[in-house]
Amino acid sequence: MQNITVEVNNLKKSYDKVEAVKGVSFSVSKGELFGLIGPDGAGKTSIFRILTTLMFPSEGSARLLGLDVVNDFKEIRNNIGYMPQRFSLYQDLSVEENLTFFATIFGTTIRENYNLIKDIYVQIEPFKNRLAGKLSGGMKQKLALSCALIHSPNILILDEPTTGVDAVSRKEFWEMLIRLKEKGITILVSTPYMDEANMCDRVALIQNGEIMSIDTPDKIIGNFGSKLWAVKSRNIYQLIKDLRSLDFIETVFPFGEYLHVTSKTGSIDIEKLQSILIEKNHTDIHIQEIRANIEDCFMALMK
Amino acid sequence: MNRFIGFVKKEFHHIFRDYRTMLILFGMPIAQILIFGYVVANEIKDVNIGILDKSKDNVTQEITNKITSSGFFILSDNINSDNEIEEAFKKGVVRQVIVFEPNFAQKLKREGVVNVQIIADASDANTANMVSNYTKAIINNYVQTNLNSRGLPYKIIPEVRMLYNEELKGVYMFVPGTMALILMLVSAMMTSISIAREKEMGTMEILLVSPLKPLPIVVGKVIPYMALSFINAILIIALSYFVFGMPINGSLIFLLLETLLFIFMALSLGILISTVSNSQMEAMFISMFALLLPTMLLSGFIFPIENMPVVLQWLCNLMPAKYFIIIIKNIMIKGSSVLIVWKETLVIAGMTVFFLAMSVKKFKVRLE
Amino acid sequence: MQKQTENIIEVKDLVKRFGAFLANDNLTFEVKRGEIFGFLGANGAGKTTAIKILSGLSYPTSGLVNVAGFDVYKQRNKVKENIGYMSQKFSLYEDLTVKENIRFYGGIYGLSNKYIKQKTEDLLNRLKMTQIQNSLISSLPLGWKQKIAFSVAIFHNPKVVFLDEPTGGVDPITRRDFWEMIYEAADAGITVFVTTHYMDEAEYCDRVSIMDQGKIKALGTPTELKKLFKADNMDEVFLKIAR
Repeated sequence: MQNITVEVNNLKKSYDKVEAVKGVSFSVSKGELFGLIGPDGAGKTSIFRILTTLMFPSEGSARLLGLDVVNDFKEIRNNIGYMPQRFSLYQDLSVEENLTFFATIFGTTIRENYNLIKDIYVQIEPFKNRLAGKLSGGMKQKLALSCALIHSPNILILDEPTTGVDAVSRKEFWEMLIRLKEKGITILVSTPYMDEANMCDRVALIQNGEIMSIDTPDKIIGNFGSKLWAVKSRNIYQLIKDLRSLDFIETVFPFGEYLHVTSKTGSIDIEKLQSILIEKNHTDIHIQEIRANIEDCFMALMK
Repeated sequence: MNRFIGFVKKEFHHIFRDYRTMLILFGMPIAQILIFGYVVANEIKDVNIGILDKSKDNVTQEITNKITSSGFFILSDNINSDNEIEEAFKKGVVRQVIVFEPNFAQKLKREGVVNVQIIADASDANTANMVSNYTKAIINNYVQTNLNSRGLPYKIIPEVRMLYNEELKGVYMFVPGTMALILMLVSAMMTSISIAREKEMGTMEILLVSPLKPLPIVVGKVIPYMALSFINAILIIALSYFVFGMPINGSLIFLLLETLLFIFMALSLGILISTVSNSQMEAMFISMFALLLPTMLLSGFIFPIENMPVVLQWLCNLMPAKYFIIIIKNIMIKGSSVLIVWKETLVIAGMTVFFLAMSVKKFKVRLE
Repeated sequence: MQKQTENIIEVKDLVKRFGAFLANDNLTFEVKRGEIFGFLGANGAGKTTAIKILSGLSYPTSGLVNVAGFDVYKQRNKVKENIGYMSQKFSLYEDLTVKENIRFYGGIYGLSNKYIKQKTEDLLNRLKMTQIQNSLISSLPLGWKQKIAFSVAIFHNPKVVFLDEPTGGVDPITRRDFWEMIYEAADAGITVFVTTHYMDEAEYCDRVSIMDQGKIKALGTPTELKKLFKADNMDEVFLKIAR
C-alpha cells in the first residue's frame, strides 16, 4: 500500500497480569478512514493511547508519519489531533474559551485554521458563550472535534466519539468525518457500534485484544462464508427454543425483531421450515434469506 | 509564551467560576483569623480563681478584696493547703490560684519585699497569660495606691508560674499558625486538586498530547495559586495587624519574602501530591491527612512541641509549618532579622528543592 | 404462550412541568403484562422525567399514572415494591461479591433468609456462576455483570422491570445472551420497560414509543413504525422524527 501514514506492528500491551492488547498489526494509508470496531474492553483505547504516545507499548512498535511512538513522541504530538473518550472539554469554560485555549496551546489561533473547522463550528457558534458543561451530547461532540482539529493535524484519532450521543448527532458526525477525509486527513476512529463499520473505508474487528479481521466492510461481509436466514414469528422466545431443537440448525441469534439462523447443511428449505414451525403452533411466520451484516460477521469470527 | 499565558488565563477562569474554590480561597482565611482572633483574644471576665492564704493578715485580706472586687475574677474555692492546688486545677474549678506566703504582712514590714505566687493553668495559654497579667496589675496597683502613696517603700513581687505550658507558647500563636495552615491548604490542596481534576476529566490526555511541555503545564497551574496565596497572606497579616494589634516588629519585606518561600514550598508539595493521585477525591484525602492534620497538630500551632513525646517531636521536625511558624513569630514578635532565622529558612528552602525535584521526576508525560 | 391483555402500566394525559418548561406533554400509553416496551428518545426528550414518575420517585403535575395496579400518587410504596430497576451505570456494588450483592438486594425487598438462600442457589445454577459466587463483582467481565444485575433486578419477582440502556458496549454475543434473558423474563410474565437512545436496541422490543421534546411522536411495533415512516430500520425512523 502506498503512502502509509500509520503502521502498527505486533503491538502488545499488558497491565499487571492482564494482557489488554495481544499482538496487533495494521496499517492505515494517507487519507483513509479506518475503523477499530469492537466492544468495551477489546483493547481499542489502549491501542489509541499508544498511538497518541500517551502509553508505552509492552512489545512491538508503531509508527505515525514514519515517526516512532516511543522515540519521536514530541514530533508525533505536534501532528495528531486526539479526541479521548467522553469528550474531554473544560466544562467550566465556554465553547469559545475552550476552542481558544486549545488553539493557544498548539501555538495557533482560531482564525488561522477556521476554514478547517468552519463546517463543524458554525453549528455550535450560536452557543459560543455557553459553558461546555451545559451543552447537549451532540454539541459537546462537535466542540471536541473542533478542538481536536484546531491545529490542522495530519492524523485524527477519535476514541469512541459516538458513544452516548443520539442517533441524529451520530449520523451528522459521520458525515463530518467523511468531509474531513476528503480534505486529506487520515482518520482513525474506534466504536462499539457495529453498524458504523459501513461508514469506514476499512475496518479492523477487534475482540479481547486481538484483531479478528481487517478489510473493507464489503469484503468482510463477503467473507461471511455461509448462507443466512432471517426468521420471525409471534412468539420470539418460543421460536428461539424451537429452532435450537432442530438438528439441522447451527446458530440462532436474536437480531431485533428477527432471528438470524444458519444451517449445518448450508441450506434451508424455507417451505419445510415453515411447516415445522406451524406444527409447533407458531403464527405470523416470516422466513427469508438475507445478506449478513458486520455484526453477523463479528459473531461468526468470535467463535 | 502565548501558549503559557493562555494556560494561566484558563486557570484563572477555573478558579473564578467555581464559587466553592473562591470561598475556600478567601472566605476561609478571613473566617479563621476572625474566629481564632476573637475566641482566643477575648477579654477576661468572671474567671474562677482560688486563693491559698497562708498568712491571713490584713494585707492579704486587702489584696484579696481588691482582686475579687475587680469584676474580672470570681473567688470560687478557698484552698487550704498546697496539695489542694493541683486538685483544683485538675477538677477545672479554677483557672488560677494565688498563693500568699505565711507571715505576709510581717515579712513585708520587716524586709520590705515579699513574694506572691500566681499559678495559672496554661493549657489555655492565652487566657492564662491574660489572667496572670490582670492579677499582676491589680497587685501592683495595690502596692502603689495603698503602700507607696503612704510613703512606704514596700515591694510585692508576683511570681508567675504557668502550669502545663511553662513557656507559654500560645500567645500570638494563632496568626502564624493560621497563616501556615491556610497557605498550606490553598497552595498544596488547591493545586493538587486542580491537576487531579484534569486527569479525572480526561483533559490531561489532550494537554499531554499537545506540544505543551510538562514544565509550562506545572508552572501554569502554580502561578495563579501562588498569586492568590500571596494575596491571602497579605490579607491575614493585615487583619492581624489592624484588627488584633499583632505587632510587626521586624522587616515587612523580609516577612513577605519568607511567606513567599513557604508558599512556593507548599505548591511544590501540591504538585507532588497530584503526581501520585488520579482523582480529585484522592488528592483531597492525601492533602487532608498528609498536610492539614499534621500541620494543625504537629507544627506547634495547637499543641506545644516541647510537651510531646520524643517520637512525635521527631515527626514535628518534618513539618514545614513548624519552621514557618518559628520564622513568622521571630519576625513579627521579636523583630528578628535573617541572622536569627537563617536555619529555619534554609530548611524550608531545602524542602522546596526536594519536593520540586521529586515532582519533576514523578511527573509523567504519559498516562502510565 | 400468548401475550396477555392485562395492562400493567397505564399512563393517561401525564403532564410534568418544571416552571414554564414542559418536560412531559400529555403522554398517554399503556404497557401490557409480559410485554417488552421500548421507551426511546434523544437526551433531553423527557424520558428520564417520565421514568422517575413511573417508578414513584417523582410526582406528575397532572394526569393518571398506574403502575402494577397501583396509583403513583397514593400508593408509591406499593409501586416501588412491584418494580425492579437496572441501569448500565449503577446496579451492583463492585466491592461486594456476587452472593453478597444478591443477598443485599433480597434483603432490601424484605425477602426471608430462607427464600433468598434457595433462590440464590437456583439463580447461580441457571447463570452457571456457582463457581464465582464468592468473587468480587469488580473482577468480572462486563457481560457477566449485566446478567447478574438483571437477575438481581427481577429477584423479587416484580411486575415491571425498568432497564436503562441495558446492553450498551458489550460484545454482540453477550448482548444476545442478554436479550434472551429478557425474552425469558417477559415470557414468565414480567413486563420489561427499556429506555435507550440506541435505536438498534429498540428493534428487539415488542412495541416502542419515540419521544421528542416532551411528546410521544410515534408508538407501535418496530414493523409498524418502519412501514409508517418508510424506513429500513429504527435508526431511520428516529432520524425522520427528530430531524
